[in-house]
Amino acid sequence: MRLHNFALGLITGLIALATPAHAFVAEEERLFDVDNPSATLNIISTADLDIFSPLVDAFQERNPTVRVRYVTASSSELMKALFEENAEFDIAISSAMDLQTKLVNDGFAERHVSAETGSLPSWAKWRDRLFAFTQEPAVLVYSREAFEGLPQPTNRDELIALLRENPDRFNGRVGTYDIRESGAGYLFATQDSRQSESLWRMAEVMGRLNARLYCCSSQMIGDVADGQLALAYNVLGSYAAQHLENHPDLDILQFKDFTTVMLRTVLIPTTARDADLAGQFIDFLVSAENRQLIEDLTGLPSIDPAVLQREAAFRPIRLGPGLLVYLDQLKRRTFIRAWLNAMVQP
Amino acid sequence: MTTVHARGSLRRRLLLQLLLVAAILSVALYFTVRALAQQAAETTQDNILIASATAISEAARAERGQILVDVPYSALSMLGSIAEERVFYRVTADDLTVTGYDDLPMPPAASEVGAAVFATSIYKSDEVRVAALPRRLTVGDETVILTVLVAQTRLGLAAVSLQISIAAAAAGVGFFLLSGALSWFATNNAMRPLNRLAQSVERRGPQDLSPVETSAPTELVPLLQSLNTFMARLSASLARTEDFIAEAAHHVRTPLATVRTQSEIAMRSVRKPENKQILREVIRAADESSRSAGQLLDHAMVALRSDNLEKEKLNMKDLAQDVIRSISPTADLKDIRITCSGSDTTSSVEGDPILLQNALRNLLDNAVKYSPEDSRIRVEISEDTSTVQVDVLDEGRGLGNGDRQRLTQRFGRGDNVKDIIGSGLGLTIVDEVVRAHGGTLALTDNPEGRGTCASITLPSA
Repeated sequence: MRLHNFALGLITGLIALATPAHAFVAEEERLFDVDNPSATLNIISTADLDIFSPLVDAFQERNPTVRVRYVTASSSELMKALFEENAEFDIAISSAMDLQTKLVNDGFAERHVSAETGSLPSWAKWRDRLFAFTQEPAVLVYSREAFEGLPQPTNRDELIALLRENPDRFNGRVGTYDIRESGAGYLFATQDSRQSESLWRMAEVMGRLNARLYCCSSQMIGDVADGQLALAYNVLGSYAAQHLENHPDLDILQFKDFTTVMLRTVLIPTTARDADLAGQFIDFLVSAENRQLIEDLTGLPSIDPAVLQREAAFRPIRLGPGLLVYLDQLKRRTFIRAWLNAMVQP
Repeated sequence: MTTVHARGSLRRRLLLQLLLVAAILSVALYFTVRALAQQAAETTQDNILIASATAISEAARAERGQILVDVPYSALSMLGSIAEERVFYRVTADDLTVTGYDDLPMPPAASEVGAAVFATSIYKSDEVRVAALPRRLTVGDETVILTVLVAQTRLGLAAVSLQISIAAAAAGVGFFLLSGALSWFATNNAMRPLNRLAQSVERRGPQDLSPVETSAPTELVPLLQSLNTFMARLSASLARTEDFIAEAAHHVRTPLATVRTQSEIAMRSVRKPENKQILREVIRAADESSRSAGQLLDHAMVALRSDNLEKEKLNMKDLAQDVIRSISPTADLKDIRITCSGSDTTSSVEGDPILLQNALRNLLDNAVKYSPEDSRIRVEISEDTSTVQVDVLDEGRGLGNGDRQRLTQRFGRGDNVKDIIGSGLGLTIVDEVVRAHGGTLALTDNPEGRGTCASITLPSA
């Protein structure tokens, strides 16, 4: 399945590369066609096709004459498409909350107000233009086998201590996002740095263990499942959970000190050709009655304030202008340099 | 009687003026509240912008000849804490953009180092408030002016302004309603002494010309004094008029009676028929003058009394019989029989007995005067639910063909009575008396053939 996706992604990616019409790099593209289409909904998304296609099917069940074109791209390519190239999409879905916020702040998103968006808690939307429909914690994915005989860490300090004390066991076997490439990785790292200084010690320790850097969650999880990695730090728990069934060796750990919770957000770009239809799609994603359905179809935890109250360690990333800070050119350069200094040691 | 035309109302005027003042104050309140609240909202935004700019400015440093700005998370997140506004920032060193939105417009007024400048401009199609905070920064060997600009849209402020405006308008309307109600009470309160005075004057009987003795506010004292002076003068004047009428009656009638008596005595002593004729003319003239003077005085009295009717309950039939009794000697001279018919017990009216007698006497006088010898005059009294009617029917020459309206006018006489002496005041007196009692006088032809029917209709008691 993973391999198949990877191959498909690679092929479509290559096709995209070869197509001059797209200056941004799309990974996959699929047309969910219908007989006698009355309208077409163009979606650009960072969510993998296999995660999202059941959702598109469900939407088409409700709107049988709507044709859906679903294009996946990395969060930075999505940003490039909308911010620089004014690519025409009706819906943009991304896990990079900071970039989505910038799109809204800089006036690239349409306003949308409905009863459904009104049902969202205030922290799950911003300026009636950006709407969250999932809340996904960043977790540690690890292999039980690799931790055998060791006490299970419950917070970052314990993990750091464990890594320090067992360099042989973990050398070359820890992975995390390459924050230069992955928008979600950069977002998680910056939020970590806001929460605690442990990020830098973590980076230091991981760098000493020759950590491997990844662009995407799926590859990282795959490598843990394969046994190539002992652990992957700051992985989207929702992706990892889907692999747990097939890989009994895999496990997920939510840190007790704090767990960053990312909100997957959706917006209507100003280039939308059918903003009304896009509004319907957003209503479909955020409406209170569909939340359970979305969780069932995609495996992505949907917006639920009760969970955030129950889990004391959960720190949802706040939508708002604060997210623009880490997009500052100087700030980003400084942050990445500091991170690389710690992570990539000579 | 003169009528007073009400022109405007003192109370309404007072109320309107108070309401006008209240309205002006309400509008002033609205604008003041709105301006203050908007200023407060703008000041709040400015304060946050300057706090944000200060935080960014403090995070700027120079390292190895390069300017580094580590924008603190709180610098921008604090801008999101009040309203969901778009946020822009820019850091410049001299004129070069170090980081942020490089097309964010600088406030036009260059400011001194350390002092923030604010400007409102349009950026990315929205109105933004820009705060600019310059400071000196030493980079290597040289000093540059590092300016931090932080901008925020004012969409929320516009919404807040609208809310404030609505609240201010509500406050204004509330204030107006409250002061309107208070004005109403105040006006009523202020008008109370005036109303009390008006009522105390109104309650007085028509004959009561004594001074008004009531306490009144200072402003009403002159009016009250004038009123009392006027009443005193009126009272004196009325007394004088009554005296004058009595005097005049006496002074005119006494010499005329003497003239008449002396003429009759003289008539007995003269022999020549032409002299007898002359004396007869003199007697006739004296009679006529006496009668005219009497009627003139009657008319004056009627006019005087009509303004101040002294009403009492009267039985019309008794009244009519009194008059018939007093007039029958004259009627007997012409062999005229006067009959009176109608029920005895009821037929009562409210009225001035002297005036009503006078009116009936005039009617009967006329009837006797214009009736031929050996004829009959009928006085019929009838009533229905609300009126009492007295008909005087004679068998005389009738009303003629002239304008009947003219008969009741002062000194107006019918065109068929030139040969009979008359002042033309009789029916005028009747008409005025009847009208003063709220009744009517009707002159018609006698339905039984020859003669006149004079009817007076009065409201029954």
